[in-house]
Amino acid sequence: MNGEEMMVDATVPSGASHPAGDPAPASDAASATARSGVPLVELRDIYVSFGGVHAVDGVTVDLLPGEVVGLVGGNGAGKSTLIRVLSGAHPADSGEIRIDGQRVSIGNPRDAKALGIETIYQTLALADNVDAAANVFLGRELRSRLGSLDDSAMESATRKVMGRLNPRFRNFKTSVKSLSGGQRQSVAIARAVHFNARILIMDEPTAALGPAETAQVHELVAQLKSEGIGVFLISHDIHDVFDLADRISVMLQGKLVGTVNKNDVTKDEVLAMIIMGKQPGEVTQTELAELHG
Amino acid sequence: MTQADAVPAGTAPREPSRRSARSLLQALEVDTRMLGMIAALAVIWVGFNIMSGGTFLTPRNLWNLSVQSSSIAIMATGMVLIIVSRNIDLSVGAMLGFIGYTMAMVQAEWIPKTLGLGFDQPYTWIIALLVGLAVGALIGGIQGFIVAYGGVPSFIVTLGGLLVWRGLIFRYAQGQTIAPLDKIFQLLGGGPKGSIGAELSWLVGIIACAGILYTLWAGRRRRRRYEFPVRPLWAEVVIGAVGCAVVLGAVAIANAYSWPEALAKAFAEEHGIPWPEGGLIIPTGIAIPVLIMLGVGLIVTYLATRRRFGRYVFAIGGNPDAAELGGVNVRRTIMTTFVLMGVLAAVSAAVQTARLNAAVTNLGVQNELDVISAAVIGGTSFSGGIGTIPGAILGAVVMQSLRSGMLLLNVDSPTQDIVVGCVLVAAVGFDAYMRRRSA
Repeated sequence: MNGEEMMVDATVPSGASHPAGDPAPASDAASATARSGVPLVELRDIYVSFGGVHAVDGVTVDLLPGEVVGLVGGNGAGKSTLIRVLSGAHPADSGEIRIDGQRVSIGNPRDAKALGIETIYQTLALADNVDAAANVFLGRELRSRLGSLDDSAMESATRKVMGRLNPRFRNFKTSVKSLSGGQRQSVAIARAVHFNARILIMDEPTAALGPAETAQVHELVAQLKSEGIGVFLISHDIHDVFDLADRISVMLQGKLVGTVNKNDVTKDEVLAMIIMGKQPGEVTQTELAELHG
Repeated sequence: MTQADAVPAGTAPREPSRRSARSLLQALEVDTRMLGMIAALAVIWVGFNIMSGGTFLTPRNLWNLSVQSSSIAIMATGMVLIIVSRNIDLSVGAMLGFIGYTMAMVQAEWIPKTLGLGFDQPYTWIIALLVGLAVGALIGGIQGFIVAYGGVPSFIVTLGGLLVWRGLIFRYAQGQTIAPLDKIFQLLGGGPKGSIGAELSWLVGIIACAGILYTLWAGRRRRRRYEFPVRPLWAEVVIGAVGCAVVLGAVAIANAYSWPEALAKAFAEEHGIPWPEGGLIIPTGIAIPVLIMLGVGLIVTYLATRRRFGRYVFAIGGNPDAAELGGVNVRRTIMTTFVLMGVLAAVSAAVQTARLNAAVTNLGVQNELDVISAAVIGGTSFSGGIGTIPGAILGAVVMQSLRSGMLLLNVDSPTQDIVVGCVLVAAVGFDAYMRRRSA
């Protein structure tokens, strides 16, 4: 893990790096624009409600190129709903989305993909009864001049991208239903990274994975960062988030508690944000002790 | 190769004979489900032939079987896509009746009488057909729109459609039969005159063989180019040879059925040919509705397997939410399946009305049950995402074989229904059992 973290640090583009040891308060760290121009993604004042429940209640977060922002919170904190707004799965009731500073409207997943936003869902969202290539290219099939599907070209491209992600993957002709959890994850990742995504959303990417596969995902995230891709990482595994994220946005009951630089806070402080909604400065030693109580 | 790797070591077949049979099938990459259906059909055919004292497997009966199967088979190809995407269309029979009635009105009333253009104009048949196809697309489109964009379950929408379209026929036809139909239009229904004769049948057979061989060759070349594993050459040769033999055999059977004597006599008198000693032998050849069915089967198979539309239909059937998140326009795809179903109902309506040379008010009654049965016997799964077009066509032939065979044995109609019902449930039950075992 240490080796990986070293690599992560080494590959952060200079423009997006956060000077280690700079004790910036949480409020300053939240404003990415102060550090390096226009963010890749800004979600401003997003509201989503289901019936009378405010699932997302005026949340503002942003993401820089080559940055990983961890989005954490307990069950029902609204992090998945917030991210579904960006991926087009569920439109916001109000608020605005900016990509490269330009206001955009994302009404469905196709809009999001057209903007270079790719999502790896917790459920993987694979079409179970077709093969890996059909899943990787779902919605963006390669076609011949007459508009027929070019399955061979798609299989060939899929073999190439899988060769990079998961060299042991061999089951190109079977439906993904019959694949193992790790293999299915590889297909979902291949689909997300094959189309030169600029923004990648990963919803609990390692929840269903073993240690070796988790390490593979960590490596992939580091590689994507080095390519300047922005990553939203949703997880309730605080260790995962500390390993991978540059900044951490914490949500509680639909509201944003705050956004902090990973290097400025301890895991306990983030836990206090997740559970009690307290800013790192506000939390007392007794309260921290209670967390471990 | 990959399939062999996927088999866990523990499940390796024990007997050498079974292993060789399995590896043979693997090398051929034959769909074993399809092979099972063909075997079942063979059992049905041979069984009826023995029980009927050799009258089932005659050119005459097989030719009739092909014509009788075609109308249901045409609609079954569309029903596969509907069921694969987790919907159902109960309205196909009523749609067929309504469209058939409309097409009959166009050629028997509106063009000749209302517009005063007279009967049997050269353009009548094509206008009637185009109107029918348009009405089919419209009706299917309305139902599909309500299902896809209105969020009403397809079972309800098409159940309502069944009542509405059937009711409309009764309301406007008022029990009248619309006849006779246009002379050219009648050819769509088959019959000795609505068949293409020996020479053209052979030509169709040769083109089909060329198509099979080209497909095999092109597929092999494409896989070579991408350096994918290819079938061994002998397997390609076997598949090509079997395919061509089946095609040419079918053509030979269709040609072996000659015009009935009365019809041949009338033909001889009409053309001033003296009646020869042993009778006038005119080979019938492939019936036009069968050609239509084969054409529809090819087109829908192409749509299902080689176009985005088909890919989306199967993806939706496997996991509708995933398809939507993957960027598939689920609603438009669902609506398109219903439009296609409406168009195919129109094609079948043309075949059925042309065959009857009339539109009757109960045209297409209970066709929905036959069509759904054909699709399901052909391996289409109600849980969505699984089904093939050739399977559904074969399913229609199985259904029709049962009915036609029982007719030959003088089995009464209620008993026929009982048998077909039992076979339907047994076939699906057996299929479910095999799937569980292989999973």
